[in-house]
Amino acid sequence: MKKILTTPIKDEDLLDLNIGDIVYLTGRLVTCRDVAHRRLIEQGRSLPVELKGGAIFHAGPIVRQDENGEFEMVSIGPTTSMRMEKFEKAFIKETGVKLVIGKGGMGPETAEGCAEYKAVHAVFPGGCAVLAATKVEEIEGAEWQDLGMPETMWINRVKEFGPLIISIDTKGNNLFEENKKRFNARRGPITEKIKAQVGFIS
Amino acid sequence: MVDNAAVQDMTDVMTKFTAYIGKRLPTDVKSKLAELRGNEKNEMANVIYDSMAENQDAADKLNRPSCQDTGVIQYFVSVGSKFPLLGELEAILRDATLGATKLGPLRHNAVEAFDEKNTGSNTGSRIPWLDWEIMPGEDSATIEVYMAGGGCTLPGASTVLMPGQGYEGVVDFVFDVITSRGVNACPPLLVGVGVSTAAETAARLSKKAILRSVGSHHPNPKAAKMETLLEEGLNELGIGPQGLTGSSSVMGVNIESSARHPSTIGVAVSTGCWAHRRGRIKFNSDLTYEILSHEGVVL
Ligand code: SF4
Repeated sequence: MKKILTTPIKDEDLLDLNIGDIVYLTGRLVTCRDVAHRRLIEQGRSLPVELKGGAIFHAGPIVRQDENGEFEMVSIGPTTSMRMEKFEKAFIKETGVKLVIGKGGMGPETAEGCAEYKAVHAVFPGGCAVLAATKVEEIEGAEWQDLGMPETMWINRVKEFGPLIISIDTKGNNLFEENKKRFNARRGPITEKIKAQVGFIS
Repeated sequence: MVDNAAVQDMTDVMTKFTAYIGKRLPTDVKSKLAELRGNEKNEMANVIYDSMAENQDAADKLNRPSCQDTGVIQYFVSVGSKFPLLGELEAILRDATLGATKLGPLRHNAVEAFDEKNTGSNTGSRIPWLDWEIMPGEDSATIEVYMAGGGCTLPGASTVLMPGQGYEGVVDFVFDVITSRGVNACPPLLVGVGVSTAAETAARLSKKAILRSVGSHHPNPKAAKMETLLEEGLNELGIGPQGLTGSSSVMGVNIESSARHPSTIGVAVSTGCWAHRRGRIKFNSDLTYEILSHEGVVL
């Protein structure tokens, strides 16, 4: 059965989730990337969107506006989450955001933040931007449009947005860190086996 | 005398073809992804493969670029010395990039170096990037279009080894690149390896290697064996789609090589992501054309 999170997300909704679990999101999803993080954390400006119990998406979408001024989501793929590592722990603390979605893993500070303030980081599959756009029912608002299309905070109403693979859980476990260890442990014996067969210089 | 109508014709075709490849994956990549999806044992990985397939269907139906990062446009040209528009090709491909940017629409991905301004047109100094090979006496032109996305370009690396490090050193280099940075480049990857004399010659060959079909092999049996060994070895790591673990890691490993200086082994790696957007088109001298990379295309 599909596990669906609905905004506003409560701590209890997240406590049972483990890294590797797959969830979907219904409710409000706000795009938030480099500059929005920087404005809140470095410049101390307050965000134009309430994020308590909310979900953010590290993404720079392509949005179309029709003659009536209505926005349409064309394409919304995740961008590399690691770029936000510097800010994310403080961001979680300041905003009370519960679900951070992006591409690839995040580092130890975000994991600390997730454990301390009960939040999770999840991965949406990279390169699946059109699929993601089809899960956006409506764009409800657009804040900080002065930042240009990719950096604007797009407020989306989404339905069963996913799959979202939990990469950091509320215990602070980090899926990508564990995978890295696993790949490195396997690597030695594999390369030795190959090297034994490529001694072409004699 | 330049035939303006012919220039316009070829520009139109290349504009449409450049926009097209952002929307639909080439036949070899599509069937390899289907094969990997079929062999996948890991449940999470299967969900991701399903999403990829759903995404491509949605892109097709809605006629939109399948990944928002439509990359920097690169053209790899193999042109006959007697191709009638040889001298016009550079301008044609530049105009095709401009046109495709509007038609796609493609994301604006050309930032002028040092000025650090996005040109907003996907063109700039030396962009679209052109790579030339001249075929003496021939009168056709085969053009490979490639969308070099940010994520899949990032792992690219090149170095020069000492002969003492041997092909064993090449193995280490490939594994270093893939396990450290390849993981974030939207695997399963098509890995291109250049084995050559210098850093830049190896780098160019590694890129040419990912333009070769998935499943094709180097003509030298030892090189072909090394392709297979690397492919099997990387798959054993179990990187899986999106680096989240799975039954495989790569769509394949393609090696291209040249002769080298006795004292050097230039080696380089380029990676193509699962959304490996490239297309091959062949023009005859009368400008009739054939699309070689995608089945059943109508431009
Ligand atoms: S690596 Fe490829 S599929 Fe992933 S976001 Fe970049 S261009 Fe798209």
